[in-house]
Parts: sequence; structure tokens; C-alpha cells
Amino acid sequence: MKPLYLITTVIVGALLIYGTLDMPRWGDPHSPASTHVSPYYLQHSLVHTATPNVVTAVLADYRGFDTLGETTVIFTAGMACILLLRRRRKG
Amino acid sequence: MIQKSDDVIVRTVARSLMPFILIYGLYVVMHGHYSPGGGFQGGVILAAGFVLLTVTQGIERTRQHMSQKTACVISSVGLLIYAGIGALCLILGGRYLDYGRLSQLLQVDQPTARSLGILGVEIGVALGVMAVMCIIFFSIFAADETE
Repeated sequence: MKPLYLITTVIVGALLIYGTLDMPRWGDPHSPASTHVSPYYLQHSLVHTATPNVVTAVLADYRGFDTLGETTVIFTAGMACILLLRRRRKG
Repeated sequence: MIQKSDDVIVRTVARSLMPFILIYGLYVVMHGHYSPGGGFQGGVILAAGFVLLTVTQGIERTRQHMSQKTACVISSVGLLIYAGIGALCLILGGRYLDYGRLSQLLQVDQPTARSLGILGVEIGVALGVMAVMCIIFFSIFAADETE
């Protein structure tokens, strides 16, 4: 079975790399994200949220649901640590 | 299990640094609106204070301030604050996590309400991250004690 795993990994990897070829270059000023989303946040975040730090405004306000998920991930990690590492009760 | 440090200098310096670490952690959380920082970073700094306390004063002394059970409650409360603020916006007639709706409750204009909503959410994140870091640290100790 080992060669099959290797072939599958190589094929999937090649497909993923092929998929990235169409993506805009890193930091490209003409990519859709840089022409629509970023200028909107930079121009409006102070007016909308009264928060000078754009990163905080995007993280906690515009992308608040994403940050809720991140916090849930961290919470789940803590709960998993308790479940895996707690002292076993006798018996 | 980590014992109390034998060195009086290490113990004293760590004990006198502890309040400053906590104050700095709170500063990073509260100043997230104006400078790099916020809930995640501030929470980790707060947890670092407790880790320093454990390493120098021993786990028994630290448990008096922050036990495993307390950390569990704080982490749940942190997540509940975040989700609760989202649900509060829902109750006030907005969308989930639409902090602008809090303006009715807080009697301020909409941008200020969103700013305060961000602050509340950051405090929730900071509590959750701090408690989870402590939980992970204490869990590793508890696993070590059984050997």
C-alpha cells in the first residue's frame, strides 16, 4: 500500500500547486483583495468603529465571527488537555 | 513536579515582577484599539505571569491564586462573554456580533458602541486565552505528578 500513498500524495500536491498558479502574486496591488476589500477597510474603519487600529477593527468587528471561532479553538484545546492529561481516578 | 525555588533572589524578583506583568498584560488588552495588541497577546502575557509564579513559588502556592477549577471557569466565562455579546446584538434586533446595536443599550452613538463592543470581545478573548494557557500548563504538571 505504501507506493499508493506516495502516488496519491504527489498527485494531490501537484494539483494544489497547479491551483496556486492562477492566484495573484503575493502583495499584488491589482489583486481583487487589494482593489476592493483593503481600501474599504482602510477608508471606513475609523468612521465605522471609532478604532484607530485597523487590525483590531477587522479582527474583532468586520471578522468577528472568525475570531469567535479562533477563541473556540483555543478553548477546545484547553478542554482537550484536561481530558487527556488529568490524573486518572483509582478504580 | 516543580518545587519552590531555593534561591531567595529568584523568588523575590519573581514575586515583585508579578504585578507589573499583570498590569502590562491588562495594558496590552485595553490598548488594542490604539497599538498592536489585543485579547490574544494580552491573555498570553497574563498567563506568563502565572507561569513565572509557578516556576519560582511552586505549584502549591500558585494553586491558591489560580486553581485548575478556577481556570476552567474563567475560560468558559471568557468564551461566554464573546458569544454573549454576539447574542445580545441578536436580541437587540441586529445581526450576530453586530456591535452597532449596542448603542441602544449603552446610550452612545454607533461607532462608539462598536468600539466598546470590540473592547468587550477582546476582554472575553483575553480571559479565555489566559485561562487556557494556565490549564495547559497545570495539566502538564498534574500529569508529571503521577509518575
